[in-house]
Amino acid sequence: MLKLENITWSVPGGEQILNGIDLEIPEGKLTVITGPNGGGKTSLAKIIAGLETPSAGKIYLDGEDITDLDITERALKGIGYAFQQPVRFKGLTVRNLLELAHGGKLSEDKYCTILGRVGLCTKDYIDREVNASLSGGEIKRIEIATVLARTNTKLSVFDEPEAGIDLWSFSGLIEAFKELKEKTNNSLLIISHQERILEIADEIVVIANGKVRTRGTKEEVLPELLADEKAMQCPKGKKVYTA
Amino acid sequence: MSSVANMNSITKELLNLIADGEIDFENSAYNIREDGGCAGRQSSKNISIVPKTDNPGIEIHIKPNTKGETVYIPACVTHSGVEDLVYNDFFVGENADIVIVAGCGIHNDGHSESSHNGIHRFFVGKNAHVVYKEKHIGVGEGEGQRKIDPVTYVALDEDSVLEMDTTQISGVDSTVRKTSGTVGARAKLLITERIMTDGNETAYTDFSVTMDGEDSACDLISRSVAKDNSHQEFRSVIKGNTRCTGHSECDAILVGNGTVSAAPELFAGNIDAALIHEAAIGKIAGEQILKLRTLGLTEEEAEEKIIEGFLVG
Repeated sequence: MLKLENITWSVPGGEQILNGIDLEIPEGKLTVITGPNGGGKTSLAKIIAGLETPSAGKIYLDGEDITDLDITERALKGIGYAFQQPVRFKGLTVRNLLELAHGGKLSEDKYCTILGRVGLCTKDYIDREVNASLSGGEIKRIEIATVLARTNTKLSVFDEPEAGIDLWSFSGLIEAFKELKEKTNNSLLIISHQERILEIADEIVVIANGKVRTRGTKEEVLPELLADEKAMQCPKGKKVYTA
Repeated sequence: MSSVANMNSITKELLNLIADGEIDFENSAYNIREDGGCAGRQSSKNISIVPKTDNPGIEIHIKPNTKGETVYIPACVTHSGVEDLVYNDFFVGENADIVIVAGCGIHNDGHSESSHNGIHRFFVGKNAHVVYKEKHIGVGEGEGQRKIDPVTYVALDEDSVLEMDTTQISGVDSTVRKTSGTVGARAKLLITERIMTDGNETAYTDFSVTMDGEDSACDLISRSVAKDNSHQEFRSVIKGNTRCTGHSECDAILVGNGTVSAAPELFAGNIDAALIHEAAIGKIAGEQILKLRTLGLTEEEAEEKIIEGFLVG
């Protein structure tokens, strides 16, 4: 489905963040990328969506080389992307954004379904501006909703979707990811540190220091991850991760 | 009383642009101004429109307790070389709740300048509620300038509310917009202004609002887009002389070589005057464009949607 070959990326004029990533995201599966902060997870997600250009390597979508395609072209090929830090728009409403994501107007029922999946009530939010009046959690949910509203998506990438989402809505979000995978046969790629998201993964990929450190099913990777976490605790109980 | 049949075809087109084709000629009060003359006028049971005797223009008298009516007073300039000056006074009776649709369209296909200067005064009675919609637009292929210079004065009596929604989106080469007003006790003045300029157009906006009535309020929102080599200036003065609240928000987006100057001013003449100003000028945030591109829009489409939302929303 999506294949990354030897992806390398450096901050312009600076540090190398990704160092030869090889990865395959299978069709219809939920892949979770996890790993320590600064390991390159978000950079990789941005490269997949076309927000950053790799300094080396190739990206294939269903066998087609999309390395040189820009953001818009990749979106039209079926790559959806939810930002880790969502963007605010003065003037654009939730309805506007969902319409743009969907490529046209939606029925009120459909708005309800999409916003309900992220724990928002359509009545309260559909005509609100996506501006500074929304809290971090609200804007995060709307960001996720814009990806759920898209059609003809082959791969949806969510960068830390749990950030800012309260516990009550989080269960709904987990269900939304499951439903998205099962009903649409979409591939999902989720960047996350959240154990409950790791639990629903078909495959977990651990990225650290710009490399794939390990990958496998949750049964294979989770015990190792948890053991690592325990081993890396400093005497005061502070977690210390290393590659 | 004149008939609407007197309107020329350009006026009809301009009216569609100004009033979105919503004028109800059967039931509403209206006055259609065309090239300095009257192309149609009708009063209603509760709204009386009469010509002024001292200056060109009309007086609009709205009876107390009038509810749910709309009065239309658009002005159209349909050819080159017209210099139109009009004085319109609105007297809104107590407890009325009405909508006024105004605005001006200039069609200039020639080489000479065409202009419209509308001088409006609003006297809003106690506890009345007025929604005022004003749209300015310029069209035509001529080299002659299209100028619209509105002057608006507002006097709000106790507990009244005036919501002004003014828009100028395209085609006006030069505009100087002056609005001033006084706000009585517990009255509210809410102004939303949306302006987009392109080419070498210029727009100058000047607001001056004085709140003398206790617990009065003023909310002034200006959103503007300056494209190409156009230039806009925004000046506002909000004076609070008693316990009151005042808020002004001036946001501008720059595209190309567009320039904007904003100079808001607040004066608190009383310890209980709570006045706030917010202002932001800059280009479209790159991340906004990136976000919309991840939804499948091109960079140009994204920019267009962001501007459209910014101005309309």
